[in-house]
Amino acid sequence: MLKRLLRLVVKELQALLGQRQGRIMLIMPVILQTLLFPFAATLDVRDSTLLIVDQDGGAASRELTLRLARTASFTQVIAVHGEAEMRSAIDNQRALLAVRFGPDFSRRIARGESAPLQIVIDGRRSNAGQIAASYAQEVIAGYLAERGGPAADPGPRLRNEFNPNLDFKWHILPSLVGIITTIGCLMVTALSVSREREEGTFEQLLVSPLTPAYIMAGKAIPGILVAMVQGTLIAAIAHGGYGVPYTGSVPLLFVGMFCYGLALAGVGLFISSISSTQQQAFLGVFAFMVPATIVSGFVAPIENMPALLQGVARVDALAYFIPIVKGLFLKSYGWADVWPRLWPMLAIATFTLTVALRMFRRHIA
Amino acid sequence: MKAISARRLWALCLKESYQIVRDPSSILVAFVMPVLLLFVMGYAVNLDAAAVRVGLVVLDGGTAAQRFAQTLAASGAFEVHRGTSVGAFEDELAQGRLRGVVVIGNDFGLRLRRGDGGSAVQVLADGAEPNTANFVAAYVQGVWERFNATLAQDAGKAPVQPIAVELRSWFNPSTVSRNYLVPGSIAIVMTIIGALLTSLVVAREWERGTMEALLATPVTRAELLLSKILPYYALGLAAMLLCLLVSVAIMGVPFRGSVALLTAMTTLFLGCALGLGLFLSSVFRNQFNAAQAALIAAFLPSLMLSGVIYEISSMPRILQWITRFIPARYFASSLQTLFQAGDIGAVLGPDAFFLALLTLFWIGLTALKTKRTLD
Repeated sequence: MLKRLLRLVVKELQALLGQRQGRIMLIMPVILQTLLFPFAATLDVRDSTLLIVDQDGGAASRELTLRLARTASFTQVIAVHGEAEMRSAIDNQRALLAVRFGPDFSRRIARGESAPLQIVIDGRRSNAGQIAASYAQEVIAGYLAERGGPAADPGPRLRNEFNPNLDFKWHILPSLVGIITTIGCLMVTALSVSREREEGTFEQLLVSPLTPAYIMAGKAIPGILVAMVQGTLIAAIAHGGYGVPYTGSVPLLFVGMFCYGLALAGVGLFISSISSTQQQAFLGVFAFMVPATIVSGFVAPIENMPALLQGVARVDALAYFIPIVKGLFLKSYGWADVWPRLWPMLAIATFTLTVALRMFRRHIA
Repeated sequence: MKAISARRLWALCLKESYQIVRDPSSILVAFVMPVLLLFVMGYAVNLDAAAVRVGLVVLDGGTAAQRFAQTLAASGAFEVHRGTSVGAFEDELAQGRLRGVVVIGNDFGLRLRRGDGGSAVQVLADGAEPNTANFVAAYVQGVWERFNATLAQDAGKAPVQPIAVELRSWFNPSTVSRNYLVPGSIAIVMTIIGALLTSLVVAREWERGTMEALLATPVTRAELLLSKILPYYALGLAAMLLCLLVSVAIMGVPFRGSVALLTAMTTLFLGCALGLGLFLSSVFRNQFNAAQAALIAAFLPSLMLSGVIYEISSMPRILQWITRFIPARYFASSLQTLFQAGDIGAVLGPDAFFLALLTLFWIGLTALKTKRTLD
C-alpha cells in the first residue's frame, strides 16, 4: 500500500512540476517576495516633506527649522505663510506634517516663558504622521537639552532584546516564512482535488485500489513538501542573504514546518472537498487565508484585537507558527520553548485532517 | 464586420452573468468576502496599541520608586505584572507573553535626588516585535515625563515647559487607526474581487475547451473582452457600494466625499484590476497558475506596496518606482481622501490620471494577447 501511496505522490508532483510554467510559479514568487517585501515593510518614516509655517522669523524658530530639515525623515521643506496656505498644502498632501511657530515664539524662548508650537499631521496617514511627529518632538527635545534647560535627565534607559537595533527585516523575514508557505501549501492541496474533479480524472482515482484515506494522504503530502521547500528557501535567503541571525535549532524548524504543513493540508483538503470547481476552491483558499494572515499577529499584535478575534487567533495555526519561526531565528528557542506552540498546531492539524477525511468519504460515497 | 455588435455583446454578457449568478462562490466573493475582510481588517489591525503587557520589577523600596510604579500602572497604556526578579520575566519576554519589562533599580530614590533618576530605570522590550517595542519605549518615556511634572508640581515649582507642543491631527482628530485603515482595506478588498475573479475566467474557457467553441463564432476580440469585463464591473460596483455601507453605517468611518466621484474612481480602478486579471488569465490559460499569479501580482502588492500599511516614501527608490504600477496605490490614496477629507482635486486628479493610464495599459496588453487563433 505504501508503494501505491508513493506512486500517487510522484504522480501529483509530476502534475505540479511537469510543466515549466508550474515550476516557475512555485519558485519565482517566493524569490520575488523575499527580494521586495523586506524593503517595503518598514514603519520608519523617511524622505517625507515637512511644512513650516514660521510666523515668528526669530532665531529659535529658524534654528529649529534647520535642525528638523537635517533629519533623514524630512528631506524636503516647504515654507508657507499663514493658516490658509498650510491648510491647502496638507489637504493636497504636499506634506505629511506641518510645524507652526507662533508670532512671538523666539521672544518667549529668550524670556524663558513657555513658547507654544503647533504640529499638524495629515489624519489620512495618521500612523506615519504620528511617527513623524515623534521624530520632530525628539528634535525639539534635543534642542532644549543643548540650551541647557531645567531638566537634563535623559529618562529611562532602553534595551531591545533579541533585535537590538529594531531592524524591521528581522521581523518581516521570519514572518514571510509563515505567510508564503501558507499560500503554497493551501493552493496545492485545495486546487488538486477540484482540478481532478473538473477534468474528470477524480473518478479514475476512485476506482483505483487506494482507499479515501490514502488518496487524501497522496494529496496532502505534495502540499506539505511544497510548503517545506518554500519555507526552507526563504529561511535560507533570510539568514544567508539578509543576515538575520538564526539562533535556535535547525531540526526544530523542519519539525515546525511539517506540523504547520499538516494543519494547512487539512484546511486545503477540506476546502477542496466542498468545492466542485477550481474557482470555488481558489476563492475558498482566499476566504481562509486573508483572515488567517491578518489575525495571526503579523500586521498588528493579537492582544490589541477585540475578544472575538482573539478567539479566532487561538485556532489560527499561523498565529502559532510565526512566533515559532521568529523564536527559532531570534530567541534561541529549543524544544521546551517550541512545544507550547507546537501542540496547538498539532491539535488543529488533527481536527482539520479528521474533518477533511470525513468530508472526503462522504463525497466519495 | 463591425467591431462590436450590440446584440452579440449582450448575449455574451448574459452568458457570463448567468455563469456568475449560478456559481455560489462568485456571489460569496462579491458580497460575503468584502464584509468579512473589512471587519477583520478594521478590527484586527489596530495600530493604536492599547494595554501592552509589561512586567515590572521594583528593586527600590523607597516611596519615590513606589510612586513611579503607581504612575506606570495608572497610565492606562500598560497591563502591569509585578515580579521580584528580572530573570523570571526574561523568559516570559522570550515566550511573547510580555512585550516589555521595566526595572526600577535599587538606587532609584538616590539618583532621583541627584537629578538623574532616569538612569536607574531600565526598560527591556521585545525587539522581535519592533512596532510594539517602539510603543513600549514611547509610553514609558511619556510616563516618565508625567512623573517628573508631578514631582516638580509637588515641590512648588511650576512645570515650565520651554516649548509647549500641541499636536493636532486633521481629518482624524482622535487618530483612530480604523478611520484610515478601512478605506485602505477597501482598496485591497476591491483588488481581490477585481483581479482574482477575472484571472480565472479566460483560463477556464481555455481549460474546458469552450474557448475553441467561442472562437468558432463570429465574436470579435472587443466583444469577447467586453463581455468578460462588463459583468464583473457590475459585480465590483455592487461590492463597492456594500463596502461603503458597511464602513459608514456599521464601522462608523466618516465619508466626506461625493458618491459620484467615488463611483468614477471605482470605475477607473476596476478597469485596471479587471484588466490585470484578464491579462494573467489569457497569458497562463491554466486556472491554477493564473490564480497563483493573480495572488502574487495583485493581492500581495496591494497589501504590502500600496501605502496602506507601510509608508511609500520610506521605501527604497526602486520600490517606490514599482509602486507606481500598482493600481491599489492610487485607489487607496483616493479612498483615504474621499472618506476622510472630501473631494480634493489636487489628490484625486493625479490618482485618476494614473489609474486611467494603467487601465489602458492592462486592457491594451490583454487585447494584444487575445488573438483569435487557437495557439
